[in-house]
Amino acid sequence: MGIEILGLPMMYYVAMVAKVLVAFVFVLLTVAYATYAERKIIGHMQVRLGPMRTGWHGLLQPIADGVKLFFKEEIIPSEASTFAYLLAPLVALIPAFITFAVIPFGGVIEVSGYKIPLQIAGYFDTAAGRVFDINVGVLYILAMSSLGVYGIVLAGWASNSKYSLMGGLRASAQMISYELSAGLAIVSVFMLSGTLSLNEIVAQQSASNGFNWFAFKQPLAAIMFFICSLAEINRTPFDLPEAETELVSGFCTEYSSMKYAMFFMAEYANMVTVCALTTTLFLGGWNGPMAVAVPLLGPVYFVAKVYILMFVCMWIRATLPRYRYDQLMHLGWKVLLPLSLLNIVATGIIGYFTN
Amino acid sequence: MNPITPIINGLRITLEHLFKKPVTLQYPAERPKVAQRFRGLHALNVSHDKAKCVACYLCPTVCPAKCITVEAGEDANHDKYAARYEIDLLRCIFCGYCVEACPVDAVKMTGEFELANYHRSDFVYDKERLLEKK
Repeated sequence: MGIEILGLPMMYYVAMVAKVLVAFVFVLLTVAYATYAERKIIGHMQVRLGPMRTGWHGLLQPIADGVKLFFKEEIIPSEASTFAYLLAPLVALIPAFITFAVIPFGGVIEVSGYKIPLQIAGYFDTAAGRVFDINVGVLYILAMSSLGVYGIVLAGWASNSKYSLMGGLRASAQMISYELSAGLAIVSVFMLSGTLSLNEIVAQQSASNGFNWFAFKQPLAAIMFFICSLAEINRTPFDLPEAETELVSGFCTEYSSMKYAMFFMAEYANMVTVCALTTTLFLGGWNGPMAVAVPLLGPVYFVAKVYILMFVCMWIRATLPRYRYDQLMHLGWKVLLPLSLLNIVATGIIGYFTN
Repeated sequence: MNPITPIINGLRITLEHLFKKPVTLQYPAERPKVAQRFRGLHALNVSHDKAKCVACYLCPTVCPAKCITVEAGEDANHDKYAARYEIDLLRCIFCGYCVEACPVDAVKMTGEFELANYHRSDFVYDKERLLEKK
């Protein structure tokens, strides 16, 4: 059947590249317009308008911002470790994008006889009649998303500035304390689903009109995971690494122009990833009415759910003031961690008696 | 104290605000209406084609920021008039004492509030620039 490379049909590679491009463009566009949406939504929540000048209701604002940032002067602080200083934005940005590789954003679509699962690292095996993906998908995401903090720590250290160093250290301390609870919150999902493959987790939430979502079975885990994710990606109210009131702007104090923008692209890309992951793990992924019958509806539901969660992120940002650092640590270690452990124990006990 | 309900209340309030009409004024396009008693840029009142000021020095005396410079001159009718009248807006605190102190109602404050300039020297308003525009 057609040309084969390394035992796989040509179409497999074409589909792979196409999926990578689609996902990349989706994340990039979402990141660009998330900055606009954030300013608009928070603006309206504070009874003001937000950007209005560039384009109709400020719609061209992300492009204007991009152009401005590209043409801004590049500043490298003297005495900074130049290599690490230039490397840091990349180290922050790349993990933010590659986490998207394992998230299923749709069901299986059929293109000229080939069945293509809408998941970058997924492959439909015709002989077995099912989708194969990375069977440790969630671990991959946890690993990759925790790599992003290296960029921030590197930026803080390489900038040769005390503010930046403090910001970077805060970021790492914060990441450790929240990554733990986030991981433990996910464990309860594994206990229910019995698998680490994201594709399989979505499939298990497909039945009975949404009431099979893990958010209904594990509401505490879902909320805790979302909160921990917000903290892990340094979103308000947990944006202590930047904390402009105390640290000027923390790890990115010494960064300007596009290098600065890359940190914020990373932050917003992380937000997309976290919302996509929450959708996948707790909100049924791409499932929705008719999603199995009409495969193209899958991505629509998926994107809708992701955007709703992103709206929630912005809503939280408009509402809550920034935590103090000790409050942040208190919440992470003394509230969320015990709660997630208790949740696991409860899940285990209930699971033992129901099975 | 229960930490959850305040957060939920806060979220409810911000969500309600989302549906309120914004109060933003689109400034350069829409002009704000300043109040009658707004204290903006000073102006020297004009009467019979010349400034009413009689150079009595009350305004520089009362000025807490010491930003007014007046020099008296004598005109053809041997009347005292302000040969030089300068206000340094970089020092002015817009308190309006000069207006209160003026015995002949020569100085007033207008609604003009766009006072940005590129050079420090441009902030020193001399008599010509202060004369009331009609």
